[in-house]
Order: sequence, then C-alpha cells, then structure tokens
Amino acid sequence: MSELTPLLALGEFFPRGVLPYLLGGLLVGLGAAVIYLATGIIAGASTFLESTLSYVSDVPRFNRFKYVQSRDWRLVFTAGIVSGAAVYAVLFQGGIWTTEVQWWRLLGGGVLVGVGTRLGKGCTSGHGVCGVGSLSNTSFVNVATFLAFAIGTAQLVQAMGVAP
Amino acid sequence: MSGTHRSPLFMPIIYVGGLIFGFGLAISGMARPEVVLDFLQFEDFGLLFVMGGAAIVTGITFAVATGYLDRAPLTASEYTRRVKEFDRNVVVGGAIFGVGWGLSGICPGAAYASVGIGNYPILWAVVGMFIGAYAQGYWRALRSSTTDDVTETASS
Repeated sequence: MSELTPLLALGEFFPRGVLPYLLGGLLVGLGAAVIYLATGIIAGASTFLESTLSYVSDVPRFNRFKYVQSRDWRLVFTAGIVSGAAVYAVLFQGGIWTTEVQWWRLLGGGVLVGVGTRLGKGCTSGHGVCGVGSLSNTSFVNVATFLAFAIGTAQLVQAMGVAP
Repeated sequence: MSGTHRSPLFMPIIYVGGLIFGFGLAISGMARPEVVLDFLQFEDFGLLFVMGGAAIVTGITFAVATGYLDRAPLTASEYTRRVKEFDRNVVVGGAIFGVGWGLSGICPGAAYASVGIGNYPILWAVVGMFIGAYAQGYWRALRSSTTDDVTETASS
C-alpha cells in the first residue's frame, strides 16, 4: 500500500498518462530538428502570421526582407503542420474533433496571441522549443513570463465560472 | 540562410518537417485547447513532457550541429545558434501572449494543427491571431515613423 500511494499521487497529476505527451513532444522536436539539420533554419510557427500578411498588406513592417524572403517556405511549413495533424486524425482520431471552448475566448485569445508572440519575438515553438533548446536566456525569460501570465489568466477565467 | 542556393529538396524537407511537427502536436493533445487549459489550471501536467521532450531533441540537435557539423546540405547555411536579443518587448510580448494563451488555450503551431484535426471552431483563433499580428505590425510601423525608437531598430 505504501508503495502505491506515490503512484496514485502521480496519476492525479497525469490523468491522461504521460506517454502521448512525451511521444508527441519528441516528434515536435524531431520535426524542428529535421528542418534545422537539412536547412540550418530554426523554425518557429508564429512568424508565419507576419510573413503571410506580406502577401496582402503593403505595411512596410510586413514587407521587410526577412519576411518576404521566408514567406514561401513558412506557408509550406504550416501546410505540413496542418497535414501532419490531419494524418493523426485519419489514423487515430476517427473523424473530426471540435472544441467546446467558446468562440469569444478563441477570438479574443487569438488576437492577444497574435500581438504577444510578434511583440515578444516568438511563441511556444520559437521560444519554448527552439529557444529553450538552444539555451537562449531571452527565450527562458519569455517562456517564464508567458507561463506565469497564462496560468494566472486560466485560473482567473475558471474562478469566474467560465467553462469551457 | 542564402535563398539563392536552395536545393530542389528544400521545400519537400520543410514540408516533411512540418508534417512530423504537426503529427506530434496532434498526438500530444496540444491541438486541443481543452488539454492546454487543463495544464494551466493544474489538472493535467502532461504539457511539461511535450515542451521538455521537444526541447531535449532540439537541444541535442543544435548542440551537435553547431559543434560538429559544417553546413546545412540543402542551403549551404552555417549552423548557428540564433539567440534573439533581449529587450523590454520580450517581457511585454510574453505577458500579452500568456494572457491570450490562458484565455483560449491555443498558440500558433497548435492552432494550425487543430485545423488539421478538423476543429473548425479554431478558425476564430486563427483569424484572431492574424488580426493581432496585423494590429501590432501596423501600430509599430506607425510609431516608428513618428518617433525615433531605439529598441525598434535594435529588435529587427
């Protein structure tokens, strides 16, 4: 019994187990590693937003060289992400899955994510995976900041009784 | 990165990398906002293994490539550690992103993957991200044309 107690406690922290998370994380890293080893590019997912805006906006900020020069492969990278998830859905999910999170949370959160990742020079993949992987202090600070604010916000929203 | 010397394999390998990346996001549950919100509400700590697992793989890859390899085969680019400069925007942007992530449970890569698993309501978030990215770009372009902003020139 005494040996079971810590296991049960661990199970409480990981109600869905650990394996899909770990396997998924290793694959996310592998995807970034394949691109880096082949091309030298450190891929982040949020620059796609600005580089794609350069197709339709003449605001000079979106038409800087680094965005225009990378916008074609960023489209391909994003298409790859969408299709990789679709492969998972076809093989393991059995049809489409839709969220219960309310539209205004998605839209409002999306706007803030759009502002914040671009102002902060990266997102969970650019800073959280690639930046932390390359031991960048800038990325450690960014990740610590967004984790703290995300936890605070999610707890507050939950405490206010908003669900899902 | 020298865009003029791209191999014909450049785009296919970017696509395959994205494919593995997106498959990983889907299998980890990160494409579902509910799973991310469960983490932020301390109900499921699995996300730590996603970020940790991914950072370990990229960390080893970056260390090996910058230490022992020469140039990337498809672009002839040198392997570098691209460490972004630190300034106030890193903290302010991180805080704004955090509030958005905590409100919605979505981040850019996971949102694209969510489209792939058929989660069409996520398009609200994708539209929102483009609006947000546009708003900050427009605002900063406006601000840098009216004031002489030192951090602006340093952060590009």
